[in-house]
Amino acid sequence: MGMTMTQKILARSAGLASVEAGQLIEGKLDLVLGNDITTPVAITEFEKAGLSSVFDRDKIAIVLDHSTPCKDIKSAQLCAACREFAKKHAITHFYDVGRMGIEHALLPEQGLTAPGEVIIGADSHTCTYGALGAFSTGVGSTDMAAGMATGLAWFKVPSAIKVNLVGKLGRYVSGKDVILHLIGVIGVDGALYQSLEFTGEGVASLEMDDRFTICNMAIEAGAKNGIFPVDDKTLDYLKGRVDRKFTAFEADPDAQYTQEITINLSALRPTVAFPHLPSNTKTVDEAAGKPIQQVVIGSCTNGRLKDLREAADVLRGRKVAEGVRCIVIPATQQIYLDAMAEGLVADFIQAGAVVSTPTCGPCLGGHMGVLSDGEWAVSTTNRNFVGRMGPTSSMIILASPAVAAASAVTGVLTDPASL
Amino acid sequence: MKVYKYGDNVDTDVIIPARYLNAPDEKSLASHCMEDIDGDFASTVETGDIIIGGNNFGCGSSREHAPLAIKACGVKCVIAKSFARIFYRNAINIGFPILECPEAVDGISPGDQVSVDFGTGVIVNESTGARFQAAPFPEFVNGIIEHGGLLKSLKARGVAK
Repeated sequence: MGMTMTQKILARSAGLASVEAGQLIEGKLDLVLGNDITTPVAITEFEKAGLSSVFDRDKIAIVLDHSTPCKDIKSAQLCAACREFAKKHAITHFYDVGRMGIEHALLPEQGLTAPGEVIIGADSHTCTYGALGAFSTGVGSTDMAAGMATGLAWFKVPSAIKVNLVGKLGRYVSGKDVILHLIGVIGVDGALYQSLEFTGEGVASLEMDDRFTICNMAIEAGAKNGIFPVDDKTLDYLKGRVDRKFTAFEADPDAQYTQEITINLSALRPTVAFPHLPSNTKTVDEAAGKPIQQVVIGSCTNGRLKDLREAADVLRGRKVAEGVRCIVIPATQQIYLDAMAEGLVADFIQAGAVVSTPTCGPCLGGHMGVLSDGEWAVSTTNRNFVGRMGPTSSMIILASPAVAAASAVTGVLTDPASL
Repeated sequence: MKVYKYGDNVDTDVIIPARYLNAPDEKSLASHCMEDIDGDFASTVETGDIIIGGNNFGCGSSREHAPLAIKACGVKCVIAKSFARIFYRNAINIGFPILECPEAVDGISPGDQVSVDFGTGVIVNESTGARFQAAPFPEFVNGIIEHGGLLKSLKARGVAK
């Protein structure tokens, strides 16, 4: 029986000729990731179990991105524990303030993720690297501890939903609108335990940054992973970043899917998700006009250079509305530098936005933009759950960078084309 | 024992809000468990209580702090119609029992007395007499739970040193 892209990658990692959906396997890992919130729990478990060494110091990445630069004493202590562990085990890919970026933008940028690789991360948005044709999935801290010690993880081989992309995105429509639209169609558990495999002639027109955004939010549909085929754009992206050998897998023509969904990219409108689920989607046309107090442009979902360009294109020569706080967060130091070189940072500041050092900060209500009672935000982040960014009475509308920037200008949820 | 019953899509942000993720230990996490969905939970929960959830219980963030917080509250198990996959594997990996059984979720109300046999997956609503059969774990997963968690099972197998 034919296999999906994901199944082929997992079969190889388990040393098997083939696998099928539902099968439990133990796979070899190419990379194990953790951040400053999940790694300390992993370290505690690692040490409690009396484990003495890591399987490969070059295949572990620890990124201090969530509460950094440290927001309080407890966060500083957690970061210190990560630092100590990284030093003790001579972890090669340890990223502290000054070098760090938001993990899911940083790892691909640094060439730590490649097609065909198997990657686990103690962060749910680890599914981002599927954009490069890798199998990557979020796990917990105990999995991270076990992965660091053994280089292995157990997986239930997922079935898959085939998402056939046709057409080409129009102006002010981006990868964020594709994934929000899809989550709106299938629901927050629509792909539970499954892969979302993107395919079709529409893939070629999507920039890598759009593909990262799409795979990043596969978890918001409950998916184990999202994955794109490897094409010329992928290979271009990898050039100069990855010099080790990698394998680009393709799904077999007779691979089995539980369902097939076609998305016509040409017909998509800017799409937003209202509180309190990413599946509560509307087109911006249906929902425009809702007053807001804050805009966040950034995160592992939308803090890449294309995202900042799209936001800056809207904000350039305009002003953030009175009564709105607009916070822009480049996802990595390199993206920050590129945004400065292109003049985007100046565009943001001249518009009355603030530009922050890379951090996950406001996305999870940590710091750098926590909401107050009853406030509404338009945010390019990935979750609009109750209390995610502030008190339980605060509200988040998920949107693309272009919609977020347009909303910052008017003070209400706005279609950028209407400016 | 008491039953706490919630709806669909109980996410890990409401199980343990991110503002408490830097808590130093499991007991501190437990003191804020379910705070954003049920402000009374942490002060009323007792050892042996059971949480009932709908579909997609534990969705969202991968934070293992979520099952750790529930476990540290003394909750005996979570019974749900379905679990989000990262929560599912986190619970297994820390040796915390979870049962997938839509019929039991529909057949148990707050105030009912419930007994659970983890060996057989049989759930009994002692108040109504109704019996439910949860989906059994695969053998591999049972091995993890029987050893008391993933790391202990890897050590027992000699894989982790």
